[in-house]
Order: sequence, then C-alpha cells, then structure tokens
Amino acid sequence: MSEGHSTYTPKTGLGRWFDARMPLPRLVYDSFVAYPVPRNLNYMWTFGGILSIMLVSQILTGIVLAMHYTSDTTLAFDSVEKIMRDVNSGWLLRYLHSNGASFFFVAVYIHIFRGLFYGSYKTPRELLWILGCIIYLLMMATGFMGYVLPWGQMSFWGATVITGFFSAIPLVGNWIQELLLGGFAVDNPTLNRFFALHYLLPFMIAGVVVLHIWALHVVGQSNPTGIEVKSKTDTVAFTPYATIKDAFGMIVFLFVFAYFVFYLPNFLGHPDNYTVANPLKTPAHIVPEWYFLPFYAILRAITFNIGPINSKLGGVLCMFGAIAMLFLVPWLDTSKVRSAVYRPWYKLFFWLFVADAILLGWLGSQPAEGSYVFMAQMATLFYFAFFLVVMPVLGLIETPRRLPNSITEAVLEKKNKGAGGHPAGAVSAPETKG
Amino acid sequence: MSATDIHDPNRRDFLYIATGMAGVVGAGALAWPFIDQMQPDASTLALASVEVDVSSLQPGSSLVVKWRGKPVVVRNRTDKEMKDGAAVSLNDLKDPIARNANLPADAPATDANRTTPGKEAWMVMVQVCTHLGCIPLGQEGDFGGWFCPCHGSVYDTAGRIRKGPAPENMAIPVFKFISDTKILIG
Ligand code: HEM
Ligand code: FES
Repeated sequence: MSEGHSTYTPKTGLGRWFDARMPLPRLVYDSFVAYPVPRNLNYMWTFGGILSIMLVSQILTGIVLAMHYTSDTTLAFDSVEKIMRDVNSGWLLRYLHSNGASFFFVAVYIHIFRGLFYGSYKTPRELLWILGCIIYLLMMATGFMGYVLPWGQMSFWGATVITGFFSAIPLVGNWIQELLLGGFAVDNPTLNRFFALHYLLPFMIAGVVVLHIWALHVVGQSNPTGIEVKSKTDTVAFTPYATIKDAFGMIVFLFVFAYFVFYLPNFLGHPDNYTVANPLKTPAHIVPEWYFLPFYAILRAITFNIGPINSKLGGVLCMFGAIAMLFLVPWLDTSKVRSAVYRPWYKLFFWLFVADAILLGWLGSQPAEGSYVFMAQMATLFYFAFFLVVMPVLGLIETPRRLPNSITEAVLEKKNKGAGGHPAGAVSAPETKG
Repeated sequence: MSATDIHDPNRRDFLYIATGMAGVVGAGALAWPFIDQMQPDASTLALASVEVDVSSLQPGSSLVVKWRGKPVVVRNRTDKEMKDGAAVSLNDLKDPIARNANLPADAPATDANRTTPGKEAWMVMVQVCTHLGCIPLGQEGDFGGWFCPCHGSVYDTAGRIRKGPAPENMAIPVFKFISDTKILIG
C-alpha cells in the first residue's frame, strides 16, 4: 500500500539538502521504515529478506572466488583445489558459495510454496508473481553454470546432459546446442562462456529483484488470511516490527546454513565432482544438484513417444512445461478466496502437491529403471493434474470457509480463542502470534 | 494524433517507415556478430579429421579415439556379434534409419548399412548416446552392444537403439579404410 503519502521529514540540514536534490533517504525511509505491513504476517514472510541476503552473499563470495579461479579446462579443476588448499580462507569462501547456492534454493522453494499456499499470486499480484518466476529461472541458469566451473565429472556430464536438452528441438536443435557449447561437445569454449555468464546473471537477478520489490510496494504484501488491508489497524510499521521479525528469521536460517558450511560442507554435493572431468568416460550414475531433481525425474519419466513427439522431445517439453506451469498459476486458479486457510480442499491438494514434489525429487536421485520409472510417471501425472485440473476445477466447486471481515478481526478472533495464557500486553505487539 | 488518424500516406509517413526499417536492419546487422561469435570457432572446426591405426584390434575388442571433442569407437565385432546384428528384423527397430553419414539420409538400418562393404566386422561409430549425450558402455546391455548408464538406453551390436529413452541409432561418422589397418575419420 504505497498509496499513503510520504511521511519522511528530514531532520538535519544535510538531510534537507539531499532530499531536495535526490530523495534517496526518503525512498529508503518510505520503503523500509514507515512502510505499512499487515500485522498478521508469519515467519513464512521472512524468506524474501532471507533471499536478499543470500543473493548478496553469493555475489560477495563469488567475486572473491573469481579472483583465484581460472576458466580453462586444463587449469579449472586445479584452481578450485588451490582455492581449497592454498588460498587463505579459500575453503571457507568456496564452501560458503557452494552451500550458499543450495540454501538460496531452499529459501526460494519455501518462498514459492508460501505463495502457492496463501494464494499470493492472485489479483493484483500477478506481475509480482511472474517477476518472481523469472528470478527463479535465472537462478536455475546461474546455479547450473556455476556447477560446471569446478570442471569435475559431474560438472562435465551435467553440462552435457542439460545442453543435450536443446538438441531435442526439431530442425534448429543441433544448431542451438552448438551455439551454446561453441563446439560439438562440452569443451574449453563452453567453460569460458559459462564463466562469463555465471558472473553476469546474478547481477541480472539483482535487477529483477528491484522490479519485484517495486511491484510489491505498489500492491502491498498479502498475508495469511488473504484479505486485503482495509484500515490502519490492519497494519504495523515495517520498522521495527517486520525488521525485527526478518532479522530473527535470517539468524535462524543462517545458523542452519552455517551448520552445513562447517560440519557437512559436502553433504549436498556429489563426490564424483572431486574427480577431474573426463570427456571419454561417463560416471555410472549422473545426477544434477538436488534442487533440479524433481524436474530431472519428470524428464526421465517420458520413456514413450506421444504421437509425433518422440520420447526425448516429450521429456524435454514436460520438464520445461513443469516450470511454465508456475507462470500460469494466476490464471489457472479460479477461486476468489486467496488463502488456503479458508479452502479445505485446496489445502489438502496443496499438501499432496508438496509430497508429490518431494517424491519426484527422490525419484530423480534414483536410477531410471524398474518400478521407479512407473512411479515417476504417476508423480508427473499428478504434478500436471494439480495445475491443470485441480486448480481450475476446485475454484468452481469448493465451498470456502467463512472469511473474517478484516485482518484485525481475524487476529483478535484467534487471540480470544486459543491463547488464553497471553499477557494482556500482547495485544499491542501484534507480531507475536501468527 | 486523433485529428490526423485518417489521412493518405504522405512523405512524412514514408520517412518514418523508411527510418524505422533502416533502424531494424541496422540493429539486426549489429546483433549478428554477437550471435555468430558463439558458433564453433576455426580451431574447433580444424580438428575435423583423425587417422586411426587398428592393426592391434582383435575380434571382440574396441578402441576409442577423440574426434571433434567426441569419442568415436572402433569395434572389431566377433562372428556372433555380427550374426546377432544381421538377424534383427527392421520392424523390431525403434529407429529404422541407418544414420550413416556415408550413405543416403533415408538408408534403412540394416546391419550392412551400419558398416562398410567388405568390412562388415568393423563398427565405426560416434559413441554418444542419442538421448542426452552420455557415453554408453561397450559390450554391455541386453543385446551385447552398448548400454547407456545415464537413463538406461540399450543399443545392439550394430549400435541401434533397442530400448530406453534414446530416439535414434548412434551416428556413423564419415570414414573410410585408407589401408587394411588404417581408418580415416572425418
Ligand atoms: C545467484 C547467485 C549465484 C549462484 C546461485 C551461484 C552458484 C554457484 C555454484 C552452484 C557453483 C559451484 C560450486 C562448487 O560446487 O564448487 C559456483 C561456482 C562458482 N561461482 Fe557462483 N553463484 C552465484 C553467484 C556468483 C557470482 C556473482 C560470481 C562472481 C564472479 C560467482 C563466481 C563463481 C566462481 C568463480 C565459481 C567457481 C569456484 C567454485 O567452484 O567454487 N558466482 N557458483
Ligand atoms: S543420455 Fe543415454 S540414456 Fe540418456
């Protein structure tokens, strides 16, 4: 809700001088201090802030890694080992960067599922949602290309398989693949261009993040009830309420992150990537990074031809289609009620969908044989049915629960019902409960 | 603009359109080098042919050479492997086309068409799975040909796809025997 006029009043002479020339402090004040946020935001709403610091962390660690890394096939693997052994604190910076990528994805997945649960993509937040989907796509491209840089076996074969997707496109597929690789197979030109792009894309992400936040500040945040802010009592000021809550969420998240960096630094990686790339030998079992596994399972589930579409193209189409579904969600969901809190059936299907996504992820890590293939096919079917059947149909036939009249009413209702033991003062600190 | 919405095209319209077109062509011409530089460069294309000495290859064994960054296998097949390959009916093949760069593009995938006349024991083939580009393992799989560990494609002794997600037979590159023991690939 940026409708309200700016309440910023510079207190010093210097502040007034700046404000008349370039009102940046005013922008910051209006966006991160006075900005009104719904009073009932829960911890699911702290992941936007967490994502922002993860992006900053990746850029900082990435730039210092780039000062020691060499993007030449004969040197890349050794330069990463040198970072690990010789460069002062190099091991820490690399583990922060490689695990940081994983935790970036943990946060983005929670952020996306939050949106799906609370219907955050509905009018007027379609564009905000789509900008988020674009960030997610850019993250996937960045993560994929980053994983190629250490030039281990998984780097090489992951790059081979993923660029192979493009060869499935009829007619121009091989040309596109050669364009991406700069040759007929993954080789030095590929590594060089991936490094250049891996350096560039995070800054493009930062740019889209700015648009994402701009769009957010035009339409305002949604909230667990999905009811729009109606009056001043529905909101609290960003600072201190959201600032403190975000900070606490970040600290907890960073604790878990740090635990992985220091105690399980290679848990999320693959041991084969500590073997230097060998273009003449494919490892027995290729798996992408964990955050791509559900899509990988969908790719491999299509083992049959569908009419004129052969199994390879079919697999690639389904995989990209699975991501494209996200872009369409604002128009697939026909329900007028935003939040799953008031939609008993949607809530059920939402959790089934979460389970399905996790199942697909697990299947993606298993060999594609025997009953795994059949399970992946069923899970893929449910994945698409959730978007293409459940979302449109449920909105038409489901009877939602009664919606409270306002956020304030919802908060007070909850307070009166459950939390008998709360001190009276809690009412003036609305962020303490859900 | 509303007052001039409906009018005959005049010289000013012509200038707008001509300028716009020139701008589009110019932008396209400027964009092309940026795309063109992504294509395989001269040094990559220069690695276009290799010579292989196969005198040491006993029946049942194979060797691999690198050609254009990809592995090319030369396999000296045993009599049984040749018979197995020849016994397959075209109807049993997922991909009925030979994919042999030395033959017309629509040649059927018979065992003979996958090899060279007079040298039917020898398979010379780009050992890259036609699914997503992994390297299949030789002398493996249900048909004794190749097996791709990535997503489980199975090829027979003539390198033809028989089971799994791969859509095509593995490619046969341009090659010829320049002597009884030497092959030129590319
Ligand atoms: C969106 C933010 C980013 C993500 C998700 C990301 C992801 C990754 C991943 C997954 C790796 C492989 C790590 C490994 O297994 O070793 C990697 C490596 C690398 N990244 Fe990034 N990265 C990001 C930003 C950056 C930036 C801004 C730079 C600046 C140049 C950078 C430079 C590097 C370098 C030099 C490597 C190779 C060294 C290594 O493998 O540890 N990254 N990145
Ligand atoms: S790459 Fe060989 S089966 Fe997929």
